[in-house]
Amino acid sequence: MHYQPIIGLEVHVQLQTQTKIFCGCSTAFNPDQPNVQTCPVCLGLPGALPVLNGTALRLAIKTAMALNCQIAKFTKWDRKQYFYPDLPKGYQISQYDLPFSFDGQVELITNAETGESRPIRIIRAHLEEDAGKNVHDETGRGRDSMVDLNRAGTPLVEIVSHPDLRSAAEARQMLEELHALLTYLEVSDCNMQEGSLRCDANVNLHITKDDGTVVATPIVEIKNLNSFRFTEQAVEYEIARQWKAFQETGKTIKDAPKSTRGFDPDRGVTTIMREKEEAADYRYFPDPDLVPVTVTDEQLAAIRSEMCEAPAVMRKRFQSEYQLSAYDASVIIDQGRLLAEYFEATAKLCGDGKQAANWVTQDVLRVMKERKETIANFPLRPEVLGSLIARVTQKQLTIKSAREVFADLLTAEEDQTPAPSMAQIDEIVAAKGLAIVQDDGAMETAIAAVIDKNPKAVADFQAGKQAAVGALIGQVMKQLKGADAQAVREKILTKLSGG
Amino acid sequence: MSLCDLSAGTLWRKLQSGEVTAVAATTDYLNAITQFDGQVAAFLHVDRDTALAQATNLDAKRSRGEPVGLMAGLPVAIKDVLCIKGEPTTCGSKMLQNFRPPYDAHVIEKLRAADAVLLGHTNMDEFAMGSSSENSAYQVTHNPWDLSRTPGGSSSGSAAAVAARMAPVSLGSDTGGSIRQPAGLCGIVGMKPTYGRVSRYGLIAYASSLDQVGPFSTDVTAAAALLEAIAGHDPRDSTSVNQPVPSYTSTLDQPLQGLKIGVAKEFFAEGLDAEIEQAVRTAIDVYRGLGADVREVSLPHSKYSIATYYLIAPSEASSNLSRYDGVHYGHRTESATSLNEMYAASRGEAFGPEVKRRIMLGTYALSSGYYDQYYVKALRVRRLIREDFDKAFADVDIIAGPVTPTAAFKIGEKSDNPLGMYLADVYTISANLAGIPGISVPCGFTPAGLPIGLQLLAAPFQEERLLRAARMYERETDWVTRKPALA
Ligand SMILES: [Zn+2]
Repeated sequence: MHYQPIIGLEVHVQLQTQTKIFCGCSTAFNPDQPNVQTCPVCLGLPGALPVLNGTALRLAIKTAMALNCQIAKFTKWDRKQYFYPDLPKGYQISQYDLPFSFDGQVELITNAETGESRPIRIIRAHLEEDAGKNVHDETGRGRDSMVDLNRAGTPLVEIVSHPDLRSAAEARQMLEELHALLTYLEVSDCNMQEGSLRCDANVNLHITKDDGTVVATPIVEIKNLNSFRFTEQAVEYEIARQWKAFQETGKTIKDAPKSTRGFDPDRGVTTIMREKEEAADYRYFPDPDLVPVTVTDEQLAAIRSEMCEAPAVMRKRFQSEYQLSAYDASVIIDQGRLLAEYFEATAKLCGDGKQAANWVTQDVLRVMKERKETIANFPLRPEVLGSLIARVTQKQLTIKSAREVFADLLTAEEDQTPAPSMAQIDEIVAAKGLAIVQDDGAMETAIAAVIDKNPKAVADFQAGKQAAVGALIGQVMKQLKGADAQAVREKILTKLSGG
Repeated sequence: MSLCDLSAGTLWRKLQSGEVTAVAATTDYLNAITQFDGQVAAFLHVDRDTALAQATNLDAKRSRGEPVGLMAGLPVAIKDVLCIKGEPTTCGSKMLQNFRPPYDAHVIEKLRAADAVLLGHTNMDEFAMGSSSENSAYQVTHNPWDLSRTPGGSSSGSAAAVAARMAPVSLGSDTGGSIRQPAGLCGIVGMKPTYGRVSRYGLIAYASSLDQVGPFSTDVTAAAALLEAIAGHDPRDSTSVNQPVPSYTSTLDQPLQGLKIGVAKEFFAEGLDAEIEQAVRTAIDVYRGLGADVREVSLPHSKYSIATYYLIAPSEASSNLSRYDGVHYGHRTESATSLNEMYAASRGEAFGPEVKRRIMLGTYALSSGYYDQYYVKALRVRRLIREDFDKAFADVDIIAGPVTPTAAFKIGEKSDNPLGMYLADVYTISANLAGIPGISVPCGFTPAGLPIGLQLLAAPFQEERLLRAARMYERETDWVTRKPALA
């Protein structure tokens, strides 16, 4: 008997509009001042009416295009009706039977080393308004719960995938892929702490019995997962729990309806929220306060022209265009669009993608991490780094010297504005004598001088102590910082063995 | 002589010319309210000081030589369904007993900008559901022509106030006839504009796809002025139509040449009182006498209007009224130990029986399993009703008929018979379903002395034609000069 996890995600993404989806209130995250970003519309006051924010629809369409979805030419708004204190109108304006987009897919990397991928199908993506936030008394003194409606009316895209994911790791991977995609597009900041990206996971198991028959376990929806790690942990736990439950009870999807569970990150377990999905009847119907939206081909073309390259496409291109490994390409892409653009500019300028990738993924990322800086604030611009790397590839500087220059440029930066320039590279190289010495005459002279001054080392070497040559090389290198140590070694050996 | 004795249009022209001051007009009307409203019970809230302050400001503005707005200080009574910033706005419901909106409805902003004087809020059936004011949580309004009878509804107070000359004009809202029906029963002019002509922003919603704000007046002229003041596009209402507003008042007195009037046989069927039919047919003869071409038209689906309306309106209402949950504002129960109990008790305590009936009706019609056979089917019939009108208006300019099947009924007569009450709107509902404009103009009295209304309907955005047609009739008759004995 063995099992296969079957997982689908419903991902909620807050769009980064300045104002809410149906009124002019700010969408800024502002938990410390509850209910200040509100008006009659998002408070659901009597007589107030919603008006669609065109930017929200534009960003939503951009999102759907990135998910390779079909975009509906005609879309409408429906009311999803239920009572909850964070829902001031008693209904949420959402989309029911005619979502603005459907039938898409996302390429999920299933092997980071090889870059192998598999399409995960998207059923639909629709636009809706976010609810407010209930704030409960956590002191245990049973004080009143409060409602903060700052968030109410923030535009939200809900992306629903087919149950095409097969492991907790894939569920996490999918969420990461969406995170990368949506931040690249600048449709959402995807800040998970602030709730800009959150997801529900639908999980069950297909179990192949020893006689070859296949049964499915009851479907469980895990609600409100707000980090990559929790998503993976929750799904992992749920898979194990369902497997154990099946072995104990033998219950299948036919014996129990879909249930809803929540994830407790402190204990790492999922707990039951609603035993059976009480056939929730939301009584959806078209919102008579809003007019349906028709999208023209011209509008779609205009939105398409604003699209930047998707990270999955960029990842593939970096591999073919700059000969990066799948792994390096992923490391760069996963750091976000600005870093990918930084890498590409650097690679173009130095003419060596692999070297550029090494520098960006090792040196640049290390310094960013040390200084807790984003790439936008990183002092070395791509032209400076590109120029530095070019000197290495053109054998004007050793890697070691280049690292020294890199460090010096960054140190110098600390007490000077403007950002380090290419001219500074030359200054540091000259001041420290780091240029690679290709002048044989200069090397000959230096070697001769060192041999003259170190008769003991020469004698030791000739007595068979190979290690003695190291001291000689060291002294030559001290004089000629840019010299190639290998060449110096060879020349000394030739000279001492009778040359 | 009180300025209340002037017809609204005459008073408005005198205010415009400066012959009468806003303070004088407002004072006379406030006095009339003091004198008569004890018997009529049209107003829920009158703020004398605020009204007089507005009038004083306007007169000062005029004396400084500054231009004054279209309303020129004309006092207006406002149905309690329209939000007025800082003023009690209850929608006739206990639910909103202590609610004061933090904002003005679009039409209130427009009225302020046009220099109208706001007299106060008038009584109505709770959440505009009803045809008699008997569903108001606060009081029953009486018909000034016979205090034992209803003024109609749901804009009961706005109609009765104008009929009793306690306001020259007023605003109401019409979802299934809530302006035209009480106008007919009170012997005054009442108009429902095209859906989308007037912004609904700040109009407390009953049925969003049917609701429309419109004027009441003692005559057609002031109704035209009031409509001109409140109509126009509002970007805060997505269903408000962006079309220029004609100057209704400047073309009003030009008769329509070659007017083609349609008479729908379905509006003269069983259930129509003979005395009403007689008065309406006589009114149509007046148009014949003015050279109009009168022909029969057919509205075959109008027999389904009440059934269609009582699926669509309650469905929307059940949703629109979910916001009244006791959480953020409005009535909250004192006695609840859980969230669900709080919802149920707050709503149970504060909504009246008719509101509950319609919420249940709508909730049922929208439930899964019933949605297609009720709500979706009703939308389909609604489209057929609209198509009937499209066809008819390809042939005629105006459709004429009765407003109501009977004159004003006794208070209490139908309060135990919701279906009988629903039938009071049988001739007015189809205009809401089709989204077309309609006007009720006085066209006579029953032998018992109760007013009778003539309803004129026109194609969408033909308000100008409708008002001119109404005015043609008004000039030929003297019904608008009649006043109830009380006033
Ligand atoms: Zn707002």
